[in-house]
Amino acid sequence: MRTNHLELRGFGEAGQALPQFPAAVSSRYSRTAIVLHWALGLAIVAVFGAGIFMANLPFSPLRLKLFNWHKWAGMSFLALSVLRLLWRLTHRPPALPERIVAAMPAWQHWLHKATHIALYALFFAVPLIGWAYSSAAGFPVVLFGVLPVPDFVPADKALAALIKPWHQVSAFALMGLALLHAIAAVKHQLWDRDGLLSRMWPGHR
Amino acid sequence: MKFPRFTYFAVLTLSLLGAATSAFAEQKLLPAQSEIVFVSKQLGVPIEGRFKKFDGQLAFDAAKPEASRIAFTVDVASATFGVPETDAELSKASWFNTARFPQATFQSTAVKGLGSGKFEVSGTLSVKGATRNVVVPVAVTQNGATTLAIGTFSLKRLAFQIGQNEWADTSVVADDVQVKFKFALTGVGKL
Repeated sequence: MRTNHLELRGFGEAGQALPQFPAAVSSRYSRTAIVLHWALGLAIVAVFGAGIFMANLPFSPLRLKLFNWHKWAGMSFLALSVLRLLWRLTHRPPALPERIVAAMPAWQHWLHKATHIALYALFFAVPLIGWAYSSAAGFPVVLFGVLPVPDFVPADKALAALIKPWHQVSAFALMGLALLHAIAAVKHQLWDRDGLLSRMWPGHR
Repeated sequence: MKFPRFTYFAVLTLSLLGAATSAFAEQKLLPAQSEIVFVSKQLGVPIEGRFKKFDGQLAFDAAKPEASRIAFTVDVASATFGVPETDAELSKASWFNTARFPQATFQSTAVKGLGSGKFEVSGTLSVKGATRNVVVPVAVTQNGATTLAIGTFSLKRLAFQIGQNEWADTSVVADDVQVKFKFALTGVGKL
């Protein structure tokens, strides 16, 4: 709505320069980064929840559907994570505001970096391990039921048994780190009241 | 039981005929080198299963294909996807109902030679109490004393009530099932 308003104003003032944003905008993540962050964040929670739920279902059409939807979602997540990483590598995230940098003890700086690196690593590890398990178990992934995806590893029951626990372990690690990340954001917002969250909050200028 | 004299005569004649074409009687299926594989699609994903136990009764004559008779019986309970949980489901009533229908059978009605080792076998396929006509292309090759018959055909699983109730949904499990077979035979005359 805000954008529309600005654009309408732009139209109304034809011939004039587009509205100028205050300099503070540069401390925010780019719109693309914000969209990818929240979309993929929600995806992690949804796909994780579906994964936990479906793993305990008895053999049924619902189980088959959920397993396949989970794989489609996972492959889409993997593809979007590639985009996200490329975006991150080509667009420097905004630097932390100086007063926040000053207020953070060294261990928080370290943890902040380590968490982000580990999260990115798991964005790839979790779906790749899931894909590998599906291939090894002899169930090739067919994206959206129509697009066959090549096997990541050869079909091999012994290999499948070896891979199986790691999809779960890595998914729990990803979920745990995402939770830590969210708790830290909430802590900054409600405890420190430093407005750090606004860097990533959608629609807010 | 008492049969008309004609019956005895007919049996005797057939036996003599059988003796005269004794090569046929010796045709045997080599189960260890044979396979019946079925591929079913689940949400587009091909899933391969197989029957581990089956047997064939053959009188195949490449030189006179129309005189050939081919029959197979499949022990349906031997069906496996290689996944124990799924295999446990296969024998249930909504799938193969193996308690009531332990065997699937194929009985040829006509065999046509198409040249260069290719044949077309028409016959009836009975699974789970339903009988349907099928036409099966077969490629026959020979290596020493062993004859290999290889072919693929597709059938509609719902025509045989395989996968009923909640499983009748073809968006989950496709109606089309591919059947791929390889039969190793001994005692077949030279092609």
